[in-house]
Amino acid sequence: MSETPIERSAAAIAAEVRARRISAAEITEATLSHIGAIDAAIGAYLTVLSDEARRCAARVDERLRNGEDLSLAGVPIAVKDNMCLERSRTTCGSKILERWIAPYTATAVARLIDAGAIPIGKTNCDEFAMGSSCENSALGVTRNPYDPSRVPGGSSGGSSAAVAAYEAAIGLGSDTGGSIREPAAFCNLVGFKPTYGRVSRYGLIAFASSLDQIGPLARTVQDAALTYDAMAGFDPMDATSIDRPVEPTAAALLESLQGLRIGIVRDFDTKALGEDLDAIYLRAYRDLQKLGAELVEVTLPTAEYGVPTYYLIAPAECSSNLARFDGVRYGLRIEADDVRSMYDKTRAAGFGPEVKRRILIGTYALSSGYYDAYYLRAQKVRTLIARDFERAFATCDLIACPAASCTAFEFAAKSDPYSMYLMDYYTIPMSLAGLPALSVPCGWSTPDGGALPLPVGLQLSAPLFAEKLLLGAAHAYERETRHALAHRPVFEGVRA
Amino acid sequence: MPEEKIDIRYVAKLARIALSEEEVEIFGRQLGDLLAHVNALAALDVASIPATAQVVESRNVTRDDKLRPCLDREQVLAEAPQRQGGFFRVPRIIAE
Repeated sequence: MSETPIERSAAAIAAEVRARRISAAEITEATLSHIGAIDAAIGAYLTVLSDEARRCAARVDERLRNGEDLSLAGVPIAVKDNMCLERSRTTCGSKILERWIAPYTATAVARLIDAGAIPIGKTNCDEFAMGSSCENSALGVTRNPYDPSRVPGGSSGGSSAAVAAYEAAIGLGSDTGGSIREPAAFCNLVGFKPTYGRVSRYGLIAFASSLDQIGPLARTVQDAALTYDAMAGFDPMDATSIDRPVEPTAAALLESLQGLRIGIVRDFDTKALGEDLDAIYLRAYRDLQKLGAELVEVTLPTAEYGVPTYYLIAPAECSSNLARFDGVRYGLRIEADDVRSMYDKTRAAGFGPEVKRRILIGTYALSSGYYDAYYLRAQKVRTLIARDFERAFATCDLIACPAASCTAFEFAAKSDPYSMYLMDYYTIPMSLAGLPALSVPCGWSTPDGGALPLPVGLQLSAPLFAEKLLLGAAHAYERETRHALAHRPVFEGVRA
Repeated sequence: MPEEKIDIRYVAKLARIALSEEEVEIFGRQLGDLLAHVNALAALDVASIPATAQVVESRNVTRDDKLRPCLDREQVLAEAPQRQGGFFRVPRIIAE
């Protein structure tokens, strides 16, 4: 059986479209028709942008006729619904923004469109990106394409499900504590969080501003690299975006790990994850070695404090950022006689339980009398965690560890908030330190009593700004192991 | 670290969120649980450690004070829950 056009990688689609063997319009129609056939069963999209996608495709075909060279020509992209696209509904998975139409376009999205990508639709996510399963969305349920009784991960679960089910070639996600890497691991994808500040946050609706970073979800490392290359770089509209040159990554992918030292974290003993996952990770580390890397033991003694540190800093920033949703300028308003009651009622009706929980935690941690004990202390522990990584990277080039502490779980499996927070145990430390990190498929695990094998993700992280090395090495590992190709999603529908 | 029980009603008031009695009970308990986990940070000696607000280099960003294109007023006001002319309309804030 040969692949249908929309099952191909973004790199292959762009090459075909550039060579004019297929048009962007044809790719767009095939994608829209596939979404029409299967998305009711997956729920990846909150809004399908049929008209906008067709307009963009026509423009791409015209630009190609005019001789332009577009790195993402005709590549259908799924945009997480916390990123603005002018004239499109942008909900953040929340009732408070359910009907809000964005008046401008996020820089990352605009740059991809400029490189020839086609925005196919806006995808479901945990409300305001707060969650690890997509179950905190107020607007819909998203299912894992590899087992529909399980979550896709989160918070970028809709973009992950869309890419895994061939409803887009690339997904845009945002990662605050693991929201790209964890759903990538759950959906057999490559999920890449660049260094904090590499990709502009302009038009990304803020959750925790010192942590939020946009990145790609893709079926191959090369696709993630192409997407990163097209959207990274300084943006005057984001004062925290980094003003230093971006090294192209897609043209610098490695085929071997010869000469690289890869750190294995002593404090992350994978035995705790169960026999199956332990064996998968130990094999992954051995495969890195077989590819030429020298494995060195490193230690991150304060990484175990990552989750409590994060759950003070992120909610504190969230309570401040989400103060803007007050029923005055946009979104939901519950009418009341005085402005104070209007705020209280609007926010009570507009936010879901997880968002309320985090606003309350953050408000408490920042309140008079508690600031030093909670928020300030967490910021100091953040320094210790960043220093741990600095010390570790003095003896290695990359760090390898799990991307998540389990495989995709069933709906409603995590009823206690803290058990959900622990999902990000392995991804939060890198986020707190601002480091680039990614998840790449490293095997399959069949749960007890489960018939369907579930994907497992290996996390690789690198020093600040070492995206080129990180993606390069991940490509060498992917190319040799080819774990992603071992199973296909349950919802095919592609080959009718 | 502080040990006392959280006054969840006071925190909700600061956060401008009206809570039901049920939410007061649930969130009160959940926040208490979370703080029990967070109190693990008290084990670390951070007296001489500087706080990190931003992990990568940051500098003050300024620009020339010149008029430049911005969002279209009509487009922005079109999203307002209530408007009046060129303004956002809100309930009365200052008494007559």
